[in-house]
Amino acid sequence: MLRFIIRRLLQMVGVMIALSLLLFLWLRSLPGGTVSAMLGERATPETRARLSKALGLDEPIWVQYVKFMGRALKGQFGASTGVLPGADAFDIFLKRFPATIELSAFAIILAVAIAIPMGYVAAKRRGSAVDNAGIVTSLVGVAIPVFFLAFLLKYFFAIKWGLLPASGRQDSINCTRVTNFFILDGLLTREFDCTWSALKHLILPAVALASIPFAVIFRITRASVLDVLDEDYVRTAEAKGLANRTIRGRHVMRNALLPVVTTIGLQVGALLAGAVLTERVFNFGGIGDTLAVSFFTRDYAVLQVLIIAAAAVFVIVNLLVDISYAVIDPRVRTR
Amino acid sequence: MTSPANDRRKGSDTAPLLTVDNLTVTFQRRGQEPFRAVDGVSFSVRPGQTVGLVGESGCGKSVTSLAIMGLLPKRGNQVTGTVDYEGTNLLTLSDDDMRDRRGKDIAMVFQDPLSSLNPVIPVGLQVTEVLERHRGIKRKDAMPMAADLLKRVGIPDPNRRIKDYPHQMSGGMRQRALIAIALACAPRLLIADEPTTALDVTIQAQILALLKELVEDTGTALIMITHDLGVVAGLCDEVNVLYGGRIVERGDRHPIFREPRHPYTNGLLGSIPRLDTVGERLTPIPGSVADNLPWDHACAFAPRCSQPVEVCTTNTPTLEESGGRALRCFNPVEVAR
Repeated sequence: MLRFIIRRLLQMVGVMIALSLLLFLWLRSLPGGTVSAMLGERATPETRARLSKALGLDEPIWVQYVKFMGRALKGQFGASTGVLPGADAFDIFLKRFPATIELSAFAIILAVAIAIPMGYVAAKRRGSAVDNAGIVTSLVGVAIPVFFLAFLLKYFFAIKWGLLPASGRQDSINCTRVTNFFILDGLLTREFDCTWSALKHLILPAVALASIPFAVIFRITRASVLDVLDEDYVRTAEAKGLANRTIRGRHVMRNALLPVVTTIGLQVGALLAGAVLTERVFNFGGIGDTLAVSFFTRDYAVLQVLIIAAAAVFVIVNLLVDISYAVIDPRVRTR
Repeated sequence: MTSPANDRRKGSDTAPLLTVDNLTVTFQRRGQEPFRAVDGVSFSVRPGQTVGLVGESGCGKSVTSLAIMGLLPKRGNQVTGTVDYEGTNLLTLSDDDMRDRRGKDIAMVFQDPLSSLNPVIPVGLQVTEVLERHRGIKRKDAMPMAADLLKRVGIPDPNRRIKDYPHQMSGGMRQRALIAIALACAPRLLIADEPTTALDVTIQAQILALLKELVEDTGTALIMITHDLGVVAGLCDEVNVLYGGRIVERGDRHPIFREPRHPYTNGLLGSIPRLDTVGERLTPIPGSVADNLPWDHACAFAPRCSQPVEVCTTNTPTLEESGGRALRCFNPVEVAR
């Protein structure tokens, strides 16, 4: 098991290096470029050359890459040129990224917590009202665009009925910042009103964001449970006279979860993309706006750190998926 | 070796442990005609006795066993008749009461040992969970018992094997593990549904020898479900031959093999290769179960029969008992004198 994890960690390092190279090349092959974005179309060749030199963009691309990697390993990602000119890109990342992670994590927990039990019940009572309701909900969840659902939720729950806050991450109360994960910060500093406020702000965006992962996880769980219920070993478990609880947990769900776990890992990618849209509707202050601005201003420093961080989250989540897969299924471990 | 169980097995006057009477299972699928998979089947098993249910695929033998176990899905299946286990009709028990009996009083060994074991939990736990459930034994205390059970069914190095997963075992060992699971609570009735079909021949013989030994040692009643007359010859005291959901012939093992009366039984015996009649062709039974006539106004086997008479397609034969045998046929095979 340990060897399995170590091997996967090494693979992950390789994936991240390859990714950083691809990203580096891709960003620099975009039309325009930092210099044009900063100086505009009418700048003289001399000013352009001077700025280019100052930013180190006049050097061959592989030299730039080696220098970038060297600094990145020390935690230096350079200064922002477009989003907040002069500010350290890593500081922008530290301020913005926790919001997106907090939102995404809350959304996926919400989706999993509802979709898996519902998927089980739907499969167990195939064709019942619960089953049909689940299928319809999941179809709606997949079909409705995230930002539209976000608008609807905002309009009804925040504006019309005033039940939940319409935007932002927290009410403007004095809160101590530790990690920039606002819920966590409140718990760490025992400012529970801060946690409560952050939680209230999180609900609507998280529900909007959870809609697609919920739908996908529900459908996969339902299909997977249906398959497993037909398996001979479930019949064996029944023939042993085991309690329903044991059959459900140990024999049905443990086997049915394998494809579900894989799906959850893949959904995290879609979730990060959805977070960018949801954040804009709720003015949530995550990486969504920052990514858009840094892209249009060709702010390489900020783009690189944000995209690499998002990719790292995706890779780490899928590493966790692989590990939990091995924990659930002994056949994976020996491979 | 004369154990009390052996004596009981010889004495035919012992009260039956299980009596199946007029068991009928009807599949009701939406948009389809109801289909009677099991059609008025009656037989009984005494303690220590081994009864065979024999027939080809689709004759209703597995459905019979699942109906006895209460394992048929509630929806779409109608089960009528009685399954009397020491005075209790199992078919009228509630789900929870039946759950208390399954694995404790009545246990079952299934056909495919790989798919019948849960692939993601160790074999030891799959044995101990029965003990935990029915005997209330803590898992820690049940583990040595599980190792003993594995040892008893002939799995070497049981203390290491209880930690193994099914995919780490051979086919024969998996079937032994399934038998150990079935025997964990010392059931008084064991149902074995084609327990050797998925195994290769040498392992088949070992498993059959194991079952025979266990039945003789413990006095467990055994219902053996098989399509393999070789298995019947080696193991069963009484044989029930099923065709199209009904019993067509019943008798003790030797009389059935020596002088089969029903053309179907005769055909089954004729389609087995024999070593003592070199050079003779095998005589297969023509057609398939798809050719069956409905039992309502004919003999279902008539289209495939080697010696049909006119009445076979117009009247339903009844199961006639005489001299310890039962036969459902208008034109039985003549006994050579």
